[in-house]
This record gives sequence, C-alpha cells and structure tokens, in this order.
Amino acid sequence: MSNLIAKIPLVDWLIEPFQYGFLVQAIWVSAFVGLVCAVLSCYITLKGWSLMGDAVSHAVVPGVVVAYALNIPFAIGAFVFGFGATVAIGYIKSKTRLKEDAVIGVVFTGFFAFGLVLITKIPSNIDLFHILFGNVLGISQQDIIQTLIAGTITLLVILIRRKDLLLFCFDPNHAKAIGLNTQFMYYTLLSVLALTIVTALQTAGIILVIAMLVTPGSTAYLLTDRFDHMLGISIATSVFSCVGGTYLSYHFDVSTGGAIVVLLTVLFMVAMVFAPKYGILAQNSHQQLVPVENQAEANKIVD
Amino acid sequence: MPTAIQTLDISVNNLSVTYSNAKLALYNANCTIEPGSITALVGPNGSGKSTLFKSIMGFLKPSQGQIRIAGLPVQKAQKKQLMAYVPQSDEVDWNFPVSVFDVVMMGRYGYMNLLRIPGSKDRRLVMESLERVGMIDFRTHQIGELSGGQKKRAFLARALAQEGKVILLDEPFTGVDVKTEKRIIDLLIQLRDEGHTILVSTHDLASISTFCDRTILLNQTILAAGKTEETFTEENLAMTFGGLPVNSLRQMFHNSEVEARYE
Repeated sequence: MSNLIAKIPLVDWLIEPFQYGFLVQAIWVSAFVGLVCAVLSCYITLKGWSLMGDAVSHAVVPGVVVAYALNIPFAIGAFVFGFGATVAIGYIKSKTRLKEDAVIGVVFTGFFAFGLVLITKIPSNIDLFHILFGNVLGISQQDIIQTLIAGTITLLVILIRRKDLLLFCFDPNHAKAIGLNTQFMYYTLLSVLALTIVTALQTAGIILVIAMLVTPGSTAYLLTDRFDHMLGISIATSVFSCVGGTYLSYHFDVSTGGAIVVLLTVLFMVAMVFAPKYGILAQNSHQQLVPVENQAEANKIVD
Repeated sequence: MPTAIQTLDISVNNLSVTYSNAKLALYNANCTIEPGSITALVGPNGSGKSTLFKSIMGFLKPSQGQIRIAGLPVQKAQKKQLMAYVPQSDEVDWNFPVSVFDVVMMGRYGYMNLLRIPGSKDRRLVMESLERVGMIDFRTHQIGELSGGQKKRAFLARALAQEGKVILLDEPFTGVDVKTEKRIIDLLIQLRDEGHTILVSTHDLASISTFCDRTILLNQTILAAGKTEETFTEENLAMTFGGLPVNSLRQMFHNSEVEARYE
C-alpha cells in the first residue's frame, strides 16, 4: 500500500514534508498560534484596537533584548515591555491634550527604536531578522514551551472572562452601570493582547503579528452577525492559513510568516467580495433592490 | 414585576464638573430627583445635560460635590443593581454581532456568577422584559436590523431585565415615530406607578407636560426644578434657551401646550 502511494508523484510531493520532524513541529506550533490569535482577533476588531495591537507588537522588542541580557525567558521581558507600553499610552493620553493615535504613534516607535539601540549595543546572538519576521521553522524547544504557556494563559483568561470582555467591547457604560469594574476589564484585555503577541512572536514576527490579530476577526465579521459564528470562522481561517502557510513555505522556500499572512489576506479578500450579506457584490445588489432601512421599516409595519 | 417596590431618590449636591481642557461643563448644581416620579431634564445643547446624566451614572468623576442614590454613593448603588441606563442611539455600535436577546441578557450580568451563565430566573426575566416592550418576536435579530423605535425598546427591555429601581433614559425619543413615542411613554408611566424613579433627558419639549411629573431646567447650572406645572413656564424656558430667537421659542412652547390639551 505504501509502495503504491509512493509511486504517485503528487502524493509523494504532498506527504514529503511530513517526514521532517522540524516541519511537523512548526506546523502544529503555528496552528496553535493561529488559534490563540484568532480568538483574540474577534475582540480586538470589535473593540477597534488594531492600532493598539500594532503598538504592543513593536514595543516588545527592547523586552526581548533585556530578557536576553538578564538571562530570563524572552516571554517575560516581551510581556513586561508590551504591557508597559499600553500603560504608558494610557497615562500620557490622560495627562496631555494629545489624541490617542498620536500618543500610540509616539510611544510604540519610541519603544521600538530603544529596542534597536539595545540590540546593536548589547552583545547577544539575537537575530533581528527573526524578531521582525519570525522563525517558526527554526524554533527551539524552550521557545515552544514559552509560546505554549503564553497562549494557554491567554485562552484560559478569555474563556473565563469572555462574556464580560464582549460586554466591555460592546457597551462599557452598561458594564459600569451594573457595577462591573471596567478598569479591570480594560487591563485584562490589554494583558491578553500583550500575551498573544508574545505567543505569536516566534511564528509571525512583530511586523506581521498584527495581521494575525486583525485579519481573521475582520474576515469573520464580514461573514456573520453572530459572535459565536464569528469566533468559529475566525479560528477556521486562521488555523487553516497558519497550517497551509507553513506547509507551503517549505515547498516554495518562502518566508513562513509571509506565506501565512498572504493566505489570511486572500481569504479576507474572498470574504470581502463574496460575503452573502456584507460582501461588495451583495451590497451592490441590495442597493438595486430595497434600501436596508426600508426593510427594517417594513418589518415594523408587519409588527 | 413586583407592584410595590422600595422607592429611591437621587440627590445632587453642589456638583461641578470640569473637563480636562479646563472647560467648566456644570457649575454648582443642586437638585433632588423625587422617588417614584418621572423627571424631565431639559436644556439646550452644551448645557451640561449629558454631563449631569453621566455624573449620576458614574461615567464621569465630578470635580466637586456629590451624588447620592437613596443615600448611597453611585458605585455602591450600581453594585446593588439599583440603576439602569438606556443609552442614546448614537452611543451604540449597531453593527456589533449581538442579538436583541443577548443585549437584554446583559442586563442580568450583575446577578450572575463570574462566568455569567444565565439561570432559569435570568431567562424568564429576559423573556418577560421582551414581552413587555413587545419585542419578543425580534429576539433573534441582530440589533442593527431593527428600526429606531425597536432599538429603543430593546434597550428599555435590558433596563427592565436588570430590575433597576432608578432608570435613566438619554434622549429616548430621537429617531422614534409618534406611535413608538406614545408606547414608550405609556410604559414609563406604568413603571412610575410601580414605584420606579425615572429621569429622562429630552429635546422634545412638546411631550414633557404630557407625562413628566417634574422638570429640571439646566444651562451650565440648574435654573429651575420642581413640578412640571410650576417649572415648565414660558419665562423659565426663555431663561434656559436664552440664545434662541424668542419667536421660535414661543412656537415650541405653544406647540407643547397644544399637545398637552390634545392629550
């Protein structure tokens, strides 16, 4: 039987990568990262925190270097600096008259630049290219453990607090009115954001991690009006892209992070054009029929 | 719904609110919102109406003064689920992927455990509240599919499900047709008769004398407060809406009287 399969060149081509332990390992690590990012992605896109995600991802760079210098796990350094940047953003925004996007821009580039200075000054074997663009094919056992721990904590926190976080994204005023601690929710969401970025650091790198945090949720948001479906679609597109991207990057010898994000973006574009209700094609045909407002009115008259 | 509930007042003492750009939004406001009554909060745009509203709901920290709900600080009152809030339409993200049922269930979160798993009582109260505002058939709809009046009723149902004894409604009649407005007013009157304390911020001067027991006129500070018959006078309105041309004001006022007689 195995002989028969081996004789067919396409099947041979397809299963060949699975002979390599490092590749199989890279595929399941990136699938896990895809899962974690997809879950958080739904909250980040609904809350409108994409820019904040971009800020945190850049701000972790000095943390990685400092962690290396102090000989502690990179995840700890990255988390401290990522979360610290969000606290700095909140503080500066409350103390100055600047708008939030300006404050975010100042803080994250400042952190990132500081990281670059440190990398070039502190002697280490950190490869800047790997931090920027990820290196899941060459990931070490130690890094896998850190990725798994950070990702598992993120998933657990979201699982336990998912309804409160959704309420916080939807209507923070109501959350306050029923006596919930919205300040605590704000920092909970920020810390899981920082943790997710730590999780994805090795796979996608800091430049592309924002795509893994924004694209799956955005694709799903175009396809459904229900949050549980959104979560499912987001996870499916993200895990598919991570597995497919890693696999294809081996075959075509291209950047793994790049391949993953290209797949994610292609899926997004398909959804954008063909989504049954919110796709461009559907929107165009709606306009020719009845305006959506009138449909709501029509329902009311029936009522 | 219980017919006899404890009635709660809101007292605002010497309240001043300054925004971070040093702009004084509200100055030295003093008023009492009587328990078991419907009170209208009236003032032109920028008069500090929503500032007072947000301070009472604890969304803003006053720079001076204090607010008590039945003698309790705002946060304590909120923890006891005493206060429900119906937001203005433009404060809500209508594209958010939640159904009407989900929104009303959010009114029950304060009673649930950490995981917010609804019990049978929560479900029952959500369905009763939806029934009461006539939205039961729309419970699976995504909130953006609703008309203006249905949106208001969905959020009113959330306030009912929360069983808050104090209900604040921010501009409940904007974007709502006359029939729905009447329906919301009838429901507010019922709730008042059950002992709820209701505060309505509104631009709709015409309807105030038809259902509000008391009126508070506001422009940077409280200019007049008391029974609607005594407070809602042409003279007081002229003082409150001082910037408006007298003619248009007179017209607004007379329209409101005509409405009142018509009722």
